[in-house]
Amino acid sequence: MVGLMAWVSGIVFGLGIILSGMVNPAIVLAFLDVTGRWDPSLAWVMAAAVAVGSIAFTIAKKRKKSYLGGAIQIPSVTKIDVRLILGGIVFGIGWGIAGICPGPALVLVGSGSLEAIIFLTAMLLGMGVFEAIQQKHQ
Amino acid sequence: MNYPDLLPWHAIAGGLAIGFAVTLLLLFNGRVAGISGIIGGLFRLQRGDVSWRVAFILGLVLSVTIWKFFFALPEIQIETSHMMLILAGLLVGFGTRLGSGCTSGHGVCGLSRGSPRSLVATALFIVTAMMTVYWVRHVFAN
Repeated sequence: MVGLMAWVSGIVFGLGIILSGMVNPAIVLAFLDVTGRWDPSLAWVMAAAVAVGSIAFTIAKKRKKSYLGGAIQIPSVTKIDVRLILGGIVFGIGWGIAGICPGPALVLVGSGSLEAIIFLTAMLLGMGVFEAIQQKHQ
Repeated sequence: MNYPDLLPWHAIAGGLAIGFAVTLLLLFNGRVAGISGIIGGLFRLQRGDVSWRVAFILGLVLSVTIWKFFFALPEIQIETSHMMLILAGLLVGFGTRLGSGCTSGHGVCGLSRGSPRSLVATALFIVTAMMTVYWVRHVFAN
């Protein structure tokens, strides 16, 4: 049941990415191109998603367990540290180059795009490098 | 005046669907729908923590196939060269793990729960991405 709900959530998330237009990196780049022909669509996507999401988190914070009986795991870290800032900058540079972030990357791979497969492979490699460094320092 | 064109309805409807997906995963599975974190967790396998991650990822990948049962896939333009795609992928992979989140984890879920940490991260990666696009399109291109 836990797997099934996660699967359904992934499908709905992906359909949302396609419907919103954010599956197309050109539309994402048009949002990021503030001095060019700016397309504000991405801001609307985030605003709508946050409007629904904030209701969900309000409900979740009042509950001890999920509807399926498991623990509700909301991040508890509040520290704004160098890691968060550097990570945001490094991610921002990569996002700005191609207009692809992890969610749309997976959806695009489902479309069979060679470019997306190249991007995703590199992305997994980047995550692997982070894991390797992280584990070395522990 | 043409009301249907007044707002980007596709973007809003898509955003609502993403918010609904976040709601499902949070309230049924008790998990935050941060995609880089869901993938990243698979680099350290823990018992009982694998199947939901794989299921969610498969759902995302499969969404295109389901969409195509009903509608034509919208136009997808990727004009970035293969070399730059590799560079972008490496930076996105490393950066999202270092900063513990991406557009979904910090941008959607973090802002939804009012996390100041996620607000800082989101503002930072959006501004950095905007500066990068400016450099790539308007400085280096000339």
